[in-house]
Amino acid sequence: MLNRRLTAAAALAAAIAAVPASAETLKYAYQGTLNQLDPYSLNETFTLSAVGNVYEGLTRRNENLEIEPSLAESWEIVEPNRWRFHLRQGVKFHNGNDFTAEDVVFSATRLRSEGSDLAKRLGTDVEVVAVDDHTVDFVLPGPNPILHHEWDTWYIMDKEWTEGNGAVRVTSASDTSSNFAAFNTNGTGPFKLVSHEPGVKTVFEKNPDWWDTTRHNIDRVEFTPIASDATRVAALLSGELDMVYPVPVQDIRRVEDNSGTRALTGPELRTIFLGLDQRRDELLYSDVKGRNPFKDVRVRKAFYQAIDIEAIKSRVMRNMAEPTALLIAPLLFERADEFQRFPYDPQASRALLAEAGYPDGFSVTMDCPNDRYVNDEAICQAVAAMLARVGVKVALNAQPKAQYFARILPSGGYDTSFYMLGWTPGSLDGWNVIDNLLTCRDDAGKGGAFNLGGYCNDKVDALAAEILSENDPARRDALIAEAFRITHEEIAHLPLHQQSLAWGVSDRLTVAQRADDQFLFRFVTKN
Amino acid sequence: MLGFAFRRLLQAGIVMVTVALIAFSLFRFVGDPVNQMVGMETSVEQRAALRQELGLNDPVLVQFARFVANAARFDFGTSYQFRQPVADLFARRIPATLELSFASAVLALALGIPMGVYAGLKRDSPLSRLFLSLSLVGISLPTFFIGILLIFLFSVTLQWLPSFGRGEIVQVGSWWTTGFLTASGLKALVLPSITLGLYQMTLIMRLIRAEMLEVIRTDYIKFARARGLPDRLVHFRHALKNTLVPVVTITGLQLGSIIAFATITETVFQWPGMGLMFLQAVRNVDIPIMAAYLMLTAFLFVTINFVVDILYYLIDPRLRVDQA
Repeated sequence: MLNRRLTAAAALAAAIAAVPASAETLKYAYQGTLNQLDPYSLNETFTLSAVGNVYEGLTRRNENLEIEPSLAESWEIVEPNRWRFHLRQGVKFHNGNDFTAEDVVFSATRLRSEGSDLAKRLGTDVEVVAVDDHTVDFVLPGPNPILHHEWDTWYIMDKEWTEGNGAVRVTSASDTSSNFAAFNTNGTGPFKLVSHEPGVKTVFEKNPDWWDTTRHNIDRVEFTPIASDATRVAALLSGELDMVYPVPVQDIRRVEDNSGTRALTGPELRTIFLGLDQRRDELLYSDVKGRNPFKDVRVRKAFYQAIDIEAIKSRVMRNMAEPTALLIAPLLFERADEFQRFPYDPQASRALLAEAGYPDGFSVTMDCPNDRYVNDEAICQAVAAMLARVGVKVALNAQPKAQYFARILPSGGYDTSFYMLGWTPGSLDGWNVIDNLLTCRDDAGKGGAFNLGGYCNDKVDALAAEILSENDPARRDALIAEAFRITHEEIAHLPLHQQSLAWGVSDRLTVAQRADDQFLFRFVTKN
Repeated sequence: MLGFAFRRLLQAGIVMVTVALIAFSLFRFVGDPVNQMVGMETSVEQRAALRQELGLNDPVLVQFARFVANAARFDFGTSYQFRQPVADLFARRIPATLELSFASAVLALALGIPMGVYAGLKRDSPLSRLFLSLSLVGISLPTFFIGILLIFLFSVTLQWLPSFGRGEIVQVGSWWTTGFLTASGLKALVLPSITLGLYQMTLIMRLIRAEMLEVIRTDYIKFARARGLPDRLVHFRHALKNTLVPVVTITGLQLGSIIAFATITETVFQWPGMGLMFLQAVRNVDIPIMAAYLMLTAFLFVTINFVVDILYYLIDPRLRVDQA
């Protein structure tokens, strides 16, 4: 009797396994391609997000971007310089290998090896020690409260698999061939890779042995890159795809109005701002000779107050932007509301220019990308028109991002006088912004390499060093606020807005939209 | 004959080197590939090392010589974005492009010839006028616009046909993939091949119509009619056959341009062929792919022209005179 019941149950179980009651396939498209899958090759949100369905880090972030345990069950700071991570037990890689401390140590070494684009996730001076099979210590040269802030995208790889397949060397940007890990994966995550043809299609399937309880009901995922905006939106409207991103601002209405689809929008962590060359003694592209007007804070403030940010928000961005006074998203900094934009005031702007010795304004060339940020070129055009009203003649030079970044970044020798840039702090923390955008740099890019305008204030540099090793959160926030206060008043940059995320999703889909634009299948349910 | 062929071959070679030079120098101004390959936080030293490794710091002439020498061996290096040999990538993308080109060529012929014949025979009928105005649309509307229009009509509104991709594909042999063997593959072919073939169809139709009008007036058609031959026989056996000579020539040449310029159609329909790969490469400043594509296209045209020259030489004895 018991036997027969068991058999029946087994048969039923087998039947369920063979024909899943709801074999849900998720089909989605992104504007860019997923080229290769080595998790340490490219520090780019989309790639890390796609690979993050297969691989997992010691920590992960939930839909509100809060850090939570993943492969590490818990962690503690045993001494100021020593962090201890307790690893989750019983976790298996997709090939069946056990996940142990050895894998973490191996991954830490590989992460910081030559060719890795993510080496900054973990300082070179941090020592990684396996205490036992499921405990790992990180020994730091000094305290660092945000040690683990970028670890949600530092994915742990299987030592045995990586070594066994000759993939220890990270496929670097310059490699002329890729190794095994570039086209094959072996993670611990909720999905496994089925097939991958770069630029064409990538297929994932559910990992039935995932350690966490699943919230998603997706069994199979098909990813297609679709570069053409119109085609991507059409494929969503026609029901061929369940999710596409990004949806161009002008198509959001259409996605909303179409029955069966909706647009998910929300603030993105990226801040768009303008920068001014404050380093050279004479601007490269201006009619002012013998001096640099941007060295004068009054000129910078005049530029700031000449910009009608509300007009940019409503006309150019169709309200899909949140004006900001800061270089960091308010979501990432608790004291953000202490900062207010200097008001739009062309009158004051003209007065400031006159006071600084430019009553008739001057002319300057503005560099702008035209395929990088949402409506980037249109924003620059609007700014140029607004500056014209206070007497500044702006020659706009808008270029595709390939040429644009080649000129303005360190590799191009900071070849610009007035530029646009967007920044998302990888660690989701203020220090990253200060370190990269606000500390002094030299001409080779030592220091704040992406401080393209070369703003420099020793007080800010000192604060940056202090912030890095301050463990007390409240004090740390105060230090960050202080750095932001100085740079706000000195107008190191002209912050514009947080642009918005726009995903197009089918009504059949429930999905968490993370502000960092990561699309993770574990947050998806389809009905 | 050999001398003629040799001279033509030499000319073809000069053309190829010129194209290589243009391709090479053009792409030097497209942008800095290094920025496309690395993330924002990659340090300046790493970037510099990368430039060195890629040989971007070498003198231009050295870079060009290296490029030509490798291209001659069909080695276009490694794609910056995919990090795979460019030759392999093209080999994998070629089936998609060839199938699309083939389907649109067939479509253009299958529709263009009958329409042209009809419009030539019944030049004043309302249907002929409709064909003519339609063909004007086909010639004057840009390809991407036609593609988007078709997508919105047949994919979004009617939901009959897919808007992107190749559908299910089947592996045939070691490296050919085909969409001809599955229902979804065939459905996926419809819109892109119409888009790509529309211009050719219009061209063929107008050509046939003009030739037909010409031929119909000739004496042998009049005699054929006078002999009491049925219309069908006169139209298709006698008239059409004689209009086909220029059509065949044009179609042959056009096939080259279909293959080479499928780029726009492939982008609109996210068709995973060579053209799409080329445009992706442009976005990412993937110089090896761009260079290879340009060279491949040039090679295609040079080859077609060479074959055509030789054929004309064989057909037309007058060409042989200057050689003697």
